[in-house]
Amino acid sequence: MADERVVIVGAGPAGCRAAEALAAAGLRPTVIDEARAAGGQIYRRPPPGFTRSAETLYGPDAGKAKAVHAGFDALAGRIDHRPGTTVWGLSGNRLFLRCGDEAEILPFDRLVLATGAVDRVMPVPGWTRPGVFTLGAAQIALKAQGVSIGAPVVFLGSGPLLLLVAHQYAKAGAEVAAVLDTSRLSDQIAALPLLAARPAFLARGIALRLGLRRLGVAVHQGVRPEEILGDDNGVVAIGWRGADGSARRLEARAVALGWHLRSETQLAQLAGCRMSFDPVWRQWAPTIDPMGRSSRPDVYLAGDGTRILGADGAEAAGRLAAAALLADIGRPIDDDRFRPLLRRRRRLDRFSRGLARAFPWPAEACRDRPDDAILCRCEAVTVGEYRASLQRTGAAEINRAKAFSRVGMGRCQGRYCGAAAAELLAGETGDVSAAGRLRPQSPVKPLPASAAEIGGR
Amino acid sequence: MSRPRFVRLAETGRPPVRFRLDGRKAEALAGDTVLTAILTNAGSLRPSEFGDGPRAGFCLMAACQDCWVWTEEGGRLRACDTVVAEGMALRTTPPEETRWPTSAS
Repeated sequence: MADERVVIVGAGPAGCRAAEALAAAGLRPTVIDEARAAGGQIYRRPPPGFTRSAETLYGPDAGKAKAVHAGFDALAGRIDHRPGTTVWGLSGNRLFLRCGDEAEILPFDRLVLATGAVDRVMPVPGWTRPGVFTLGAAQIALKAQGVSIGAPVVFLGSGPLLLLVAHQYAKAGAEVAAVLDTSRLSDQIAALPLLAARPAFLARGIALRLGLRRLGVAVHQGVRPEEILGDDNGVVAIGWRGADGSARRLEARAVALGWHLRSETQLAQLAGCRMSFDPVWRQWAPTIDPMGRSSRPDVYLAGDGTRILGADGAEAAGRLAAAALLADIGRPIDDDRFRPLLRRRRRLDRFSRGLARAFPWPAEACRDRPDDAILCRCEAVTVGEYRASLQRTGAAEINRAKAFSRVGMGRCQGRYCGAAAAELLAGETGDVSAAGRLRPQSPVKPLPASAAEIGGR
Repeated sequence: MSRPRFVRLAETGRPPVRFRLDGRKAEALAGDTVLTAILTNAGSLRPSEFGDGPRAGFCLMAACQDCWVWTEEGGRLRACDTVVAEGMALRTTPPEETRWPTSAS
């Protein structure tokens, strides 16, 4: 079985740990990653020539980031690492790759998908203005480029990343106007029993809040975003309502927004993996066993692309998926090593449910979006146009609605409108599972016509 | 060219990289992405082809596809995951000959 062709897609914490475990067992996996250096978005490495320390870049997670990087770098020569390469399609047992202008078809016997996640966003009127970025983007700008997305910045949304990135900005000397959190303190109190699964993480959240106060950054909770105002040059202010319903306005030149993460499931869906609706995260996820086996015997799943557990959960899931793969090809695996990982995963799962409850996705606000708000950023389709299309055609399923309205059909393939479109479809019933899930289309990312040619052959 | 958008906070000791932006001389730093190079010199990356105004990117992780810019030679670049190089000639508007007949043009 030494010739088993194993391919890992993604080199974040999950993909890196899976590669290590497979290489340790004597396999030579191919690791395909869009980034130039391994680490994923969370442990993203700045380009060569940057000098800030890991402690400055990753804060209290510096040790973990360095361990993931070092573990992966030590695999040089024992794996086939393909940085800067996009998997844009999957058919049967073949992956379609693009690296620059070069295209390639790569067959596999077993596949580990560790494709990560993107920010989950709710459309706010004016969110296409220059100066509005995702929370993840704001963090990447600071971490990988040493820049702020503008000054002053408003941080809007909810979730653990909101306070973290705001704090990183304030500490780096960026001008932070305020943090606008749509969740309420009562949400966090209700989630305490679940959050207690990770006391250290809970304590870190409280420390972030105190740290922001020390740095003079106001954190407003229970807010309702109304509009991002601007002129020809981009953002100038944000209008919002406080928890008491009062209309407020803050001057800002940049807005970072995000409500947790949204799994990148396109390749798992193209592979034909069974999907199930996760009511806690209100999104569809591939069905997996506790080890990360999908419904397809030769496809394994790990990391935030499957379950939003964060970086620690991704590391554990990457190791578990590798163990499952090794067991399935008849390699002996060490029970003592992966049993604690299974326990850890269960604890992280409990904590993750706590986070979803503590910082809820504003489903109701999503359904109430004003008609003039752009819903689809790619093709500038408004909420009103989407609603009118649903009414005219009677479409109740998201792919049918897409065919009529083009929402979800643009270049991002619904990554940034899909969550809100599902809420609008569900309407008063609130049953987003009934709206179905967007079917990904190959190529899952745009590619030059020269690269598409080889895919057609 | 509108007011620069991004603010440099760290890593400013890198060697300069000279490029052209919309026909004018501009400067970035080695290791900047095309997106950082443009937005430390200007306020936006491109006009939306649907006529709803300028855009300046959104996700910075190659997922949203909102940051495609043009080269003087007529090529397209995804600004957030392309590194700026000495002598690049970049445009925030499509070259006339490649412009599609849409509502924005």
